[in-house]
Amino acid sequence: MSENYHHDLAIELRGVCKKYRFFSLDHIDLDVPQGQIMGLIGPNGAGKSTTIRILLGLVHQDAGEARVLGHRMPAEQVTAKWDIGFASEDMRLYESMTLGWHMNFIRSIYPTWDAAYAQVLLKRFGLLAEQKIKGLSHGQRVKSTLLLVLARKPKLLVLDEPTTGLDPVARHEILRELTDVMADEGRSVLFSSHNTQDVEQISDQITFIDRGRIIDSMDKETYLDRWRRLRLEVPSGIELPVLPGIIGVRQEGRLAVATANAFEPDLANAYENSGAIVQRIENMTLEEIFVANVAHSREEVEA
Amino acid sequence: MSSMNGTFSISQTDKRPMYLQIMGQIKQRIAVGDWEEGRPISSIRQLAVDLRVSVITVKRAYLELEREGVIVTQQGKGSHVASTPGLGARLREQELGKYLEQAARIAAQLGIRGEDLEHRLREAGDRISEKETI
Repeated sequence: MSENYHHDLAIELRGVCKKYRFFSLDHIDLDVPQGQIMGLIGPNGAGKSTTIRILLGLVHQDAGEARVLGHRMPAEQVTAKWDIGFASEDMRLYESMTLGWHMNFIRSIYPTWDAAYAQVLLKRFGLLAEQKIKGLSHGQRVKSTLLLVLARKPKLLVLDEPTTGLDPVARHEILRELTDVMADEGRSVLFSSHNTQDVEQISDQITFIDRGRIIDSMDKETYLDRWRRLRLEVPSGIELPVLPGIIGVRQEGRLAVATANAFEPDLANAYENSGAIVQRIENMTLEEIFVANVAHSREEVEA
Repeated sequence: MSSMNGTFSISQTDKRPMYLQIMGQIKQRIAVGDWEEGRPISSIRQLAVDLRVSVITVKRAYLELEREGVIVTQQGKGSHVASTPGLGARLREQELGKYLEQAARIAAQLGIRGEDLEHRLREAGDRISEKETI
């Protein structure tokens, strides 16, 4: 165990940097509180997988500190491994062996393996222990990998794109298992996803990453609450004021739509005071925020 | 325990944030009398697991319901429906008030006020009772 370790944090990254020839992670700070689900979102190539591999100790950072369940990474990677369950799409299973063989194999290594839960997962995921890996579909492979990780009941689950390429039923099965993990306050989950709907539904915390930088990282309720779309009627002769907290305004004729990333009721009052009529204030889905935020942060970088 | 929350559902076509949907469904159960005053309700974590939504979302719904006096949460003892007599009826009143306010707002934007608005409301009421008698 390291000194100064925050016991309520499952993951703690401080100023983590990693330089590649065409890409770099730039001073990543990330906290995942224990007992919570963190959703990592960002476009392709944003740095999600690199961040995940650094906190697992699979990739070594050039600078900065990474602590996972109190273990300093990558130095204490070997001891940390017992408590971390990691699954990603490119996970390799032995093609000529059965799923049951893999289950016995993992069971022989990890004393926390829960055989009864493994049987429950087999049923829920519609998998057969007797089946060889080479005969499995993509979805069955993903579910098999997850089964092998989930049945270990690790304190921290790290999942890189766990629902990519799955049909809606399989996706819901996975989400169900992830939320079931949360019945135990001592366990935590970090998962990356392109599926903003999944992240919006099950995450307690959201981290937004783009071009190797963290744009936002906070609890989901606060985050969603800050974003709003204001639908305005602008009578002729009235000019909309420029307001802080508004990141974009589109106007066509007498109708305008303003997007806020730091919404407060005063913004609506300010528009009303300028002579505009606020017709509606709408919440935004994470998907809408995602698109608006990427566009906005890139404009800021280029400006 | 989970069967108690079997009819809760979060909808993606519902434009309201998830915490508001959860609040609405809890209030509805109280309004129709299924959840009587003082009845114990699921813990935040349990409802989150049952609904497959994040703990923080349910926590927010509970906090807002507590602020509105609909539920009471006691440290270590869990949450229950507030023991306020007539709570269900009050929630139904509130629902009506909300819709009337919305209608008045749209009417104001159209320049319909006072007696004109009352008249339109009466007309709407007449149309409904006509439909019922047919």
